[in-house]
Amino acid sequence: MTNSLGVVRGEQAEPVATKPQSTTASHIVEVNGLKAYYMSKAFGVNRIVKAVDGINLAVQKGEVYGIAGESGCGKSTLLKVLLGAQQPPLTVVDGSVKYFFDGAQTAALSPTENSLREIRWREVSYIPQGSMHVLNPVRRIQDIFADFISAHASVSKAQTAKMTRQYLAGLGLPEKVLSSYPHQLSGGMRQRVTIALATILSPRLIFADEPTTALDVIVQRGVIQLLKDIQQTEGSTIVLITHDLGVHANLADRVGVLYAGKLVEEADTRTILKEPRHPYTQYLINSLPKLDERSERVSIPGRPPALDNPPNGCRFHPRCPFVMDKCRIHDPQLLPILPGHRVACHLVADHLAHNGGIPAEVSYAKPS
Amino acid sequence: MPSPVSEKLLTAEDVSKLFSIRQGFSSHSFLAVDHASFALDPAKPEIFTIAGESGSGKTTLARMILGMEKPSGGALTYKGRSIADLKRSERRSWFFKEVQPVFQDPFAAFSPLKRIDHYLYETVFNYGIARKSGADSHINQVLTEVGLSLAEVKGRYPNELSGGQAQRVAIARALITRPSLIVADEPVSMLDASLRMSIVNMFRRLKDEQQVSILYITHDLATAYYCADRIAIMLRGWIVEMGPVDQVLGNPLHPYTQSLKEAIPQADPDKTWEEKPGLLALESDEFARLGCKFAGRCPHVMSICREKVPGNYQANGRTVKCFLYDEGAVGKDEVGRNMAGVKTPSAVTA
Repeated sequence: MTNSLGVVRGEQAEPVATKPQSTTASHIVEVNGLKAYYMSKAFGVNRIVKAVDGINLAVQKGEVYGIAGESGCGKSTLLKVLLGAQQPPLTVVDGSVKYFFDGAQTAALSPTENSLREIRWREVSYIPQGSMHVLNPVRRIQDIFADFISAHASVSKAQTAKMTRQYLAGLGLPEKVLSSYPHQLSGGMRQRVTIALATILSPRLIFADEPTTALDVIVQRGVIQLLKDIQQTEGSTIVLITHDLGVHANLADRVGVLYAGKLVEEADTRTILKEPRHPYTQYLINSLPKLDERSERVSIPGRPPALDNPPNGCRFHPRCPFVMDKCRIHDPQLLPILPGHRVACHLVADHLAHNGGIPAEVSYAKPS
Repeated sequence: MPSPVSEKLLTAEDVSKLFSIRQGFSSHSFLAVDHASFALDPAKPEIFTIAGESGSGKTTLARMILGMEKPSGGALTYKGRSIADLKRSERRSWFFKEVQPVFQDPFAAFSPLKRIDHYLYETVFNYGIARKSGADSHINQVLTEVGLSLAEVKGRYPNELSGGQAQRVAIARALITRPSLIVADEPVSMLDASLRMSIVNMFRRLKDEQQVSILYITHDLATAYYCADRIAIMLRGWIVEMGPVDQVLGNPLHPYTQSLKEAIPQADPDKTWEEKPGLLALESDEFARLGCKFAGRCPHVMSICREKVPGNYQANGRTVKCFLYDEGAVGKDEVGRNMAGVKTPSAVTA
């Protein structure tokens, strides 16, 4: 703890300090200084949208890492880059993404596609948001599974069918599903099939992009439970993106809050929900309606900045109720304030530097 | 001439909608809305929520109220006039001045090729609200009510606005004709949690200040609890529980409402789910069920539930469609126990 505080007191700590500590064996994904911009050129005008701008994070093996944030803050872009699936105009400008499987290191952003092809779906898998657009509408579910498995593993046809039936039964999906076409299934059932498809080859790392957003609560609960079960039985790691903090509360172990392409706060789920330090996180949590009270809730004033022309300094400063002069000029670093709790805010950093300790209460930055 | 019927703003009496699905040469039909009844009172504007999971018939009900579908049975009346029997000219000149829709996805509601203010002017001119000179001030007025201004919106294309702003413009457009009722079908489900509250807060304000009744259709019970006055919970075409929102969601009686409330993920690490949910039945199976449609998932299922359709029973100031609250099925004592939340083994034996 003193170590991390020492870093904070050392005035505008070197970027080194904010990088994840050296490659420990427990990391499965490491992201260092990642910058991914949408760069387009139309009629001689260069347009750069800084969707992911300097992100450092590490995902540990076996955990569920949640990424939260409003729409347009770069969540999905980050996931695309993490998957190594970026395509122009999305360009990785700087930084690296590394996977660690059995001690071997794979660079996800390497120019060769072949190394990625080998690990995709078998090691790294992806659950997309719109299940309707993923499943081929003219193939029955069993054929979709057969296509999928034959493309990534060498298994005989009979074995594929058996494997599919067993896996779906294990997940509690009725056998009727297999002979159905996607449109015959309800949204929740389709999303389960998509999840089954993404996990049937037992990948060790699963990226899920808003897996439950279009679903209603009862179905959502079932889907989250399904993800949880898969994660527990297979021991896989899940990186979960959703703007719904209620889903994070039920599924994620750690949560990183993204704002305008930057990670502004990261901690374990309980800390994020109970003791958020960044004003944006506090706003986000205070704006949620609760089922046991009907008092007026404030929504965050203003709206997220356009990423082609983000504000100088801290990107939250135009909406922040505690904005100081330096917030308009300097971009705050993501600094550890407690073990496992990182915050990018001048206010929090100043408080730490002056009081020389961890702020005991949150009220110094509670939105009024 | 005010007749007893026209005292209500909107009434639904045993409204049903039958859809048939053809598969090859065979066809089967199901009731998307099954004998739904409710009424809105014009004297007291309220936010009336219709909630339920997808496929529960809430959107079909909204489409019937807007006159986009004809009910297969029952009667839907607005200010005493049957909505389905309105003449085309009456629908345009009268009905849509009174009742306005707001849809789920603002970006789908507005053409991306047209400037967004075009829709506002078009509504003003089509309904003869103002002449050319007065249009600007009227539009600015409704935009101010939703927290925007004409200067912010004028000349912009939908993609230049955030989802929350576009939805506000959609609501401002609905307000142009000064309607008595706004039918909002999932108005916040496409928006972020932080923007949802601004829309829902606006509904509360509109109800208080503009005396607009709002039919708020959603599957998000947290915002429903926050803004609504009354709520109707729908399941596979039925209204299974209806009453004041603080009672229905505060102390749900129907087992379905209970499971619905239970399934809301709360952003609180102390309130995470404990037990695993029951498996979901296929949608088509539930529609085809003979008795209670929740029987396949209900933890308190009785043998009568699988055979007969429950009636609407009054309990604790609300209507519940469940045999647990029927004196004939479980006896008077059991009804009291069920309402108190104490379920004895004798009441739940199958």
